[in-house]
Amino acid sequence: MNDQTLTPEERAANLKGMGCARKRVEDVRFTQGKGNYVDDIKLDGMLFGDFVRSPYAHARVVSVNKEAALALPGVVAVLTAEDLAPLGLHWMPTLAGDKQMVLADGKVLFQGQEVAYVVAEDRYIAADAVELVEVEYEELPVLTDPFEALKSDVVLREDLEGQTEGAHGPRKHHNHIFTWEQGDKDATEAVLAEADVVAEEMVYYHRTHPCPLETCGCVASMDKVTGKLTLYGTFQAPHAIRTVVSLISGIAEHNIRVISPDIGGGFGNKVGAYAGYVCSVVASIVTGKPVKWVEDRMENLMTTAFARDYWMQGKIAATKDGKITGLWCHTTADHGGFDACADPTKFPAGFMNICTGSYDIPTAYLAVDGVYTNKAPGGVAYRCSFRVTEAAYFIERMIEVLAIKLNMDAAELRRINFIKADQFPYQSALGWEYDSGDYHTAWDKALKAVDYEGLRAEQAQRIEDFKAGKTRKLLGIGLTHFTEIVGAGPVKNCDILGLGMFDSCEIRIHPTGSAIARLGTISQGQGHATTFAQIIASEIGLPADDITLEEGDTDTAPYGLGTYGSRSTPVAGAATAMAARKIRAKAQMIAAYLLEVHDDDVEWDVDRFAVKGAPERFKTMKDIAFAAYNQAIPGLEPGLEAVSYYDPPNMTYPFGAYICVMEIDVDTGEWEVRQFYALDDCGTRINPMIIEGQVHGGVTEALAIAMGQEIAYDDMGNVKTGTLMDFFLPTAWETPNYTTDHTVTPSPHHPIGAKGVGESPNVGGVPAFSNAVHDAFKPFGLVQSHMPHDHWRIWKIASGLGMHG
Amino acid sequence: MIPAGFEYHRPGDIASAIGILQEHGDEARVIAGGHSLIPMMKLRMAEMGHLVDLQAIEELKGIDIGTDTVSLGAMVTQHELITHDGLAKAIPLIREAALQIADPQVRYMGTVGGNVANGDPGNDMPGLMQCLNAVFELSGPDGSRSVAARDFYEAAYFTAREDEEILTRIAIPVPGSGVGQAYEKQKRKIGDYATAAAAVMVGNGTASVAMTNLADTPVWSESASSALAEGNVEGSVAAMLGDIDPVADNRGPVEFKKHVAAVMLRRAIDRAQSRAG
Repeated sequence: MNDQTLTPEERAANLKGMGCARKRVEDVRFTQGKGNYVDDIKLDGMLFGDFVRSPYAHARVVSVNKEAALALPGVVAVLTAEDLAPLGLHWMPTLAGDKQMVLADGKVLFQGQEVAYVVAEDRYIAADAVELVEVEYEELPVLTDPFEALKSDVVLREDLEGQTEGAHGPRKHHNHIFTWEQGDKDATEAVLAEADVVAEEMVYYHRTHPCPLETCGCVASMDKVTGKLTLYGTFQAPHAIRTVVSLISGIAEHNIRVISPDIGGGFGNKVGAYAGYVCSVVASIVTGKPVKWVEDRMENLMTTAFARDYWMQGKIAATKDGKITGLWCHTTADHGGFDACADPTKFPAGFMNICTGSYDIPTAYLAVDGVYTNKAPGGVAYRCSFRVTEAAYFIERMIEVLAIKLNMDAAELRRINFIKADQFPYQSALGWEYDSGDYHTAWDKALKAVDYEGLRAEQAQRIEDFKAGKTRKLLGIGLTHFTEIVGAGPVKNCDILGLGMFDSCEIRIHPTGSAIARLGTISQGQGHATTFAQIIASEIGLPADDITLEEGDTDTAPYGLGTYGSRSTPVAGAATAMAARKIRAKAQMIAAYLLEVHDDDVEWDVDRFAVKGAPERFKTMKDIAFAAYNQAIPGLEPGLEAVSYYDPPNMTYPFGAYICVMEIDVDTGEWEVRQFYALDDCGTRINPMIIEGQVHGGVTEALAIAMGQEIAYDDMGNVKTGTLMDFFLPTAWETPNYTTDHTVTPSPHHPIGAKGVGESPNVGGVPAFSNAVHDAFKPFGLVQSHMPHDHWRIWKIASGLGMHG
Repeated sequence: MIPAGFEYHRPGDIASAIGILQEHGDEARVIAGGHSLIPMMKLRMAEMGHLVDLQAIEELKGIDIGTDTVSLGAMVTQHELITHDGLAKAIPLIREAALQIADPQVRYMGTVGGNVANGDPGNDMPGLMQCLNAVFELSGPDGSRSVAARDFYEAAYFTAREDEEILTRIAIPVPGSGVGQAYEKQKRKIGDYATAAAAVMVGNGTASVAMTNLADTPVWSESASSALAEGNVEGSVAAMLGDIDPVADNRGPVEFKKHVAAVMLRRAIDRAQSRAG
């Protein structure tokens, strides 16, 4: 164990610490079907809940007749808003400062809205009983267009009638939610008025859905003897859920235990609170039995939190030689029937004000108007930090549009406008302080890797061939340089329902030198058990394989705000490093005592403290751990453990350069990704293999969104894409090969310099794919076209440009 | 996504299966691979008291390759169609088309009989069978009868099959040597129904053209076939466009579907011609 023949490098490698492509420890159980998901939980006497949902997008609920359902053997209860009202639980607060019906209170505002909750002895009886509940509706006019909604006399939220003040300031119309303004409006308009060149375009980022493989669900178990409620669920933020449940149910927080077991993907869909959770808790309290609710795929797509749906009107000003002087954006944000957007409290449009992107834009202005429509509520950060994908898509389209206006190469336009490496920390015109970056290095590396000049030459030849009738396929080169803002966040400006967005880690070292660490976050596939053990291994010199990592049980884990917005590594990862350093500080004192020297006379050496100048005299962390439990050391408490709550001083700003090369058939609209190059700079890299996996997954989701995935409604508010037949989820067949690459620009304020990476590929991928489509048609006159770029929409572009005649 | 309750039957021969259908009338449905019916049952768009599983009936299985005719049992799976080398040699079009149906998991379960009998205009095999001029054998309480694939389809989910009949076998004339075949399908993704698909046979002065998912039934176009037999490709395409009647859905508007139908047919003709002679 104390092998002195190993070099420090060999000892470091044995730890499998930071930088090691360590295999995911979670995969042993996942690949053998031994995961434990919510629907795997079976408790004695467990009942099942299921919803009666509205077939209409906007209707008055005239009556609900439960009789036939209650008469079905095995049906225990049928709950409606009337039953929940005495408990004050027929409505619940949303994360965005609005409130939302748990069960329809007199009317419904979107198709699939929960009207009644059936509780039965098994899920089959519950499904039968749902069919037997008779609901009488009176249809109301439907509003699916946010611009129409702002003009319409139809009042969607009658409960808010007369309220001119919302959670985020004045409401301008009965279907208006908020206006959020950032930057300097007058200065930006002055810049636009005087600019050499102004490009203007509407950029729509369509409504889509995170669609995790596992849908949302929970098991509520109220123990009437102990008075304790245990709530298992697919929660991305278990502690926040515990606090919310306590606040809205009145059950004392110490009597609530929330457990997030294995989670099959979240992507933002599992951040919010849903009616199913509330109804299951109520049903368990009423019946005294555990109650399980798990939604099916259609319910997940139609009713739980959607993403995007931002109409972004943009103006970008530049000098005639391409230096950007100003950016203006007005966004109309479709929030659906309730504002259940998952954002930090003070940011009703999330971090949309990162929309100046990677560019040094001196003057900018952003306004966002939130609007109610007859669509499902949500607006979550689908594999991105809050509204960052929208912001990145907006600026990366505006750059392309400006390049057309300037008749300039879009790669060069980006290069001359990048924030320079020596400008960091950089204060953006819309209020952020970018921590670190080296965009020019990343950009040049990316362009060289794909032979950008060669691609442009090939494209020029292809255009010639097309015009000569030799081919019907176009070549598109999609460029993107994105800057993310992740790691929410500093408590001074980021909270959710008043809970500061710090995070936490507790580490306990066992006497034999192994350890357990618990965090306030919760993995949904990110590999926390693998990577966080690596941070600890490098910080305290115990092998990662000897460190157990536990998350998701609020009775044992320290309080944290959960996992979304790429915040786990920036915030909880920092807490982990800080907790480990507390342990190392105590270990130093123990080592000095054991070596009979002063604390300052020992120094850290990979996995041990050694006497300065006498490296043969040392104590390994294993020696120290044992001593912590078996020796009385003057002035020191026994034991070796620490907890850290980390409030980050700033966000982190990962960035990347993505390039997509796409072949497009103008006759059928079919496309093929020939090459996709993804360079990510996420600061210090903890596990390169997990980073690569995250990039592959995120780019694949980006491909889906850009090329076909959407939640579409017809004029009656019916969801047209409620199954995986119509909602595009790529299989291995549709997924192209990716080339990943990196640069490393550590975050200066993060203890280990890490920035987070899980969401970068979605943020950067979407504009890369979309820009490739636009780029292919650009020589034929296309300026702007809306996603998703599915076959018929691409065909329509070609048709509109006269390419079929 | 949970179906309503039903009684499950698993008869061992065709006569017993027909007996169950007779006993329960329109309360009963046969099930083959289940990949169309079970989703409909889960959505509660199809509800029946009695489900008659045909899996255990040996008479419905097997691929027989004759000199002039190929006979497919109704319960032959898409996977068996793909992996049967004799079939691939006799009528290569079947493997080519079956490989474009859904995905391997579905093809292990999905059957050729279920695919043609269900009457779903999205299915690939009906158009293919019309192109090949296949004949469906039906067994009912009054014995057996044959119906040509080209006469079988009446409207979406409505066919010439009576409620108490079971489609038992498919007889397909082996195309003469020198006849080229091709199946072209555009779809949004693996597992999707066709945006448009074309099945083509051409050679020896004959031709046959059938289209999939472009009307409420598969469309075998007699005029497109005769134009192609005369070597008039654009005439064939124009005639086909006159015979289809697509509707707008998430795959696109009518205009787009017509455009893609023409592209698919031209490509299928091109490929079939390159294989002819």
